[in-house]
Amino acid sequence: MLKTTALKTAALAIAGAGFLGLAQPASAQEVGACLITKTDINPFFVKMKEGARAKAEELGVNLSTYAGKVDGDHETQVQAIETCIASGAKGILITASDTKAIVPVVKKARDAGLLVIALDTPLEPIDAADATFATDNFKAGELIGEWAAKTLGEEAANAKIAMLDLTPSQPSVDVLRDQGFMTGFGIDTKDPNVIGDEDDPRIVGHDITNGNEEGGRKAMENLLQRDPDINVVYTINEPAAAGAYEALSSFGKTEGVLVVSIDGGCPGVQNVKEGVIGATAQQYPLLMASLGVEAIAKFAETGEVPEPSPGLDFFNTGVTLVTDQPVEGLESIGTDEGLERCWG
Amino acid sequence: MSDADAARRKQDFEDGLGGSDAQVAAFEGHERNFVDRLQHFLHANPTMVPVIVLVLSVAAFGVIAGGNFFSAFNLSLIMQQVSIIGILAAAQSLVILTAGIDLSVGANMVLVSVIMGNLAVNMGVPAPLAIGIGFCCGALAGMLNGFFVTRVKLPPFIVTLGTWNIFFALNLWLSGAQSIRSQDIDAAAPLLKFFGESIRIGGAQFTFGSILMVMIFAVLWYVLNRTAWGRHVYAVGDDKEAAELAGIRTDRTLVQVYAVAGLVCAIGAWAAIGRVGSVSPQSFQEANLQSITAVVIGGISLFGGRGSIIGPLVGALIVGVFNSGLRLAGVDVLWQVFAIGWLTIIAVAMDQWIRKVSA
Repeated sequence: MLKTTALKTAALAIAGAGFLGLAQPASAQEVGACLITKTDINPFFVKMKEGARAKAEELGVNLSTYAGKVDGDHETQVQAIETCIASGAKGILITASDTKAIVPVVKKARDAGLLVIALDTPLEPIDAADATFATDNFKAGELIGEWAAKTLGEEAANAKIAMLDLTPSQPSVDVLRDQGFMTGFGIDTKDPNVIGDEDDPRIVGHDITNGNEEGGRKAMENLLQRDPDINVVYTINEPAAAGAYEALSSFGKTEGVLVVSIDGGCPGVQNVKEGVIGATAQQYPLLMASLGVEAIAKFAETGEVPEPSPGLDFFNTGVTLVTDQPVEGLESIGTDEGLERCWG
Repeated sequence: MSDADAARRKQDFEDGLGGSDAQVAAFEGHERNFVDRLQHFLHANPTMVPVIVLVLSVAAFGVIAGGNFFSAFNLSLIMQQVSIIGILAAAQSLVILTAGIDLSVGANMVLVSVIMGNLAVNMGVPAPLAIGIGFCCGALAGMLNGFFVTRVKLPPFIVTLGTWNIFFALNLWLSGAQSIRSQDIDAAAPLLKFFGESIRIGGAQFTFGSILMVMIFAVLWYVLNRTAWGRHVYAVGDDKEAAELAGIRTDRTLVQVYAVAGLVCAIGAWAAIGRVGSVSPQSFQEANLQSITAVVIGGISLFGGRGSIIGPLVGALIVGVFNSGLRLAGVDVLWQVFAIGWLTIIAVAMDQWIRKVSA
């Protein structure tokens, strides 16, 4: 009896020593950081992860990555934050699936002394995170709206516009891009927080794409049914634009229709080069992630919290118009340069 | 004297029957009023409910949404739009007829389309071979489901819930979460987009994909109603033990059903590439549930063994008509989702009510 107890104690002691031996050097030397993205599916987030990994390696930050199973998978993200707090990490980079519902658990993390940075998608309210590194989505929409209006010239007054949005729940990036486009085109958006409340007859209608090719095709078909004279197509992202183009070609309407989009992924920029898309607004997920990792490393060292861009409530990682048909008074880069800076 | 005359001639011992009832044995009629007669009629003709709903909804939306809806072009467009879900619903019906369910149909289809696309576009495999390999993979994936259902004796719901996730993960891994662009397919393997081609008849535009959908249903109708195998499928779904006692090799039939369902998914994958234009690992994430919706609205009983294979085709069309009609009427997209939800519940309630006739 005594013997077995002694054995057990010894075993426990050895196991305990082993744990300590493993755990101590790791926490003493390395700063821990977590990256939590919406999914592992979207190339945008795949690229974000790559950027974070590269920077983490460079700075000697110990990076763990988590992702929801599908867009909107809130529960997995909450679990990831809890795991992160438990692991003793110094900071969290998160692209929230549900920008309101994530706030309480983010507060828990900040109370535990972690730096929380929202990437790409601002939380609601935006100051629920310590900082936000994102594309100015409204600006992105505005750029392509302005480009479309200037390309049409006087004809812009008679345009027939299809709006290919994201999902029925109207997440913030969907609203910002949609309303930004209209503002850039010169359309009164009425309430800038709501999609579809404008009364400008040039808008043929809104439909949802789920941000993929299949949805883009279906939505385009539906809107062409409503009005076959559509000549401007706004798309939430480039996969949706590719789908819309399929529908346009099946209707024999690829000539004389302007398709504009947002994202700046490599397949999308290639589509701009080939004339499928007229212009796209390029964003920089790699930059968001690498800046985020840098900020966490700095916070761990000095306790400094990153500042927002002047005049904005978030840190603007930039957006650039990519097109081979530049218009006057609107800064843009060509597709060759766009391909050098693209992601995915 | 011919044999027929001999048969008609009364024999002596039949004289004793003179005073008895000459009527052949019959069930007592229930026909008390119109509702009862309707219930009986629907019980005897299971495809009629969805057909009536389809006709009524086409008429209703023709009035609500106006002339655009009724155009030959729009009606053929609805067929195009439902073609992929329709094909998956055909696969789903086979499994549901055996009292099972296949949650993996959509994931299987997307996986096969990624396999076909990667082989043909990224790895330079000749397109016909890539399509053939895709078909084999789809059928194998179905057989895997069948294996777990029959040999390991797991409920179909659990098995296909598992393989749904497995196929989905494999699809992301194989594709690297990247789409293959339409232009790249045109350059390397245009055959993959064969079902996106179309023929015009008057104002209508029929894609080969929508014609394929109708053909798949026609073939399955023949197989299920005119071959021994088809009757076995119904028998296994209605009462597996009775089918076993009747000498049907039920486990073998079940594995075959899952394999055929997998093959139909793979054919759907080829059609999906034509429909979407590109190969996207992110498309059709809700296809599993949409296929079940079409089957249920089409009047196939989730308890197996009852319903006509044509029902799900009509069911898919009803969903398409609702979506198209509500959209043309300018109704917000969330109310389309709302309407399909109610339609599903009402369809099952109808099925239950019709079944009461035999109780």
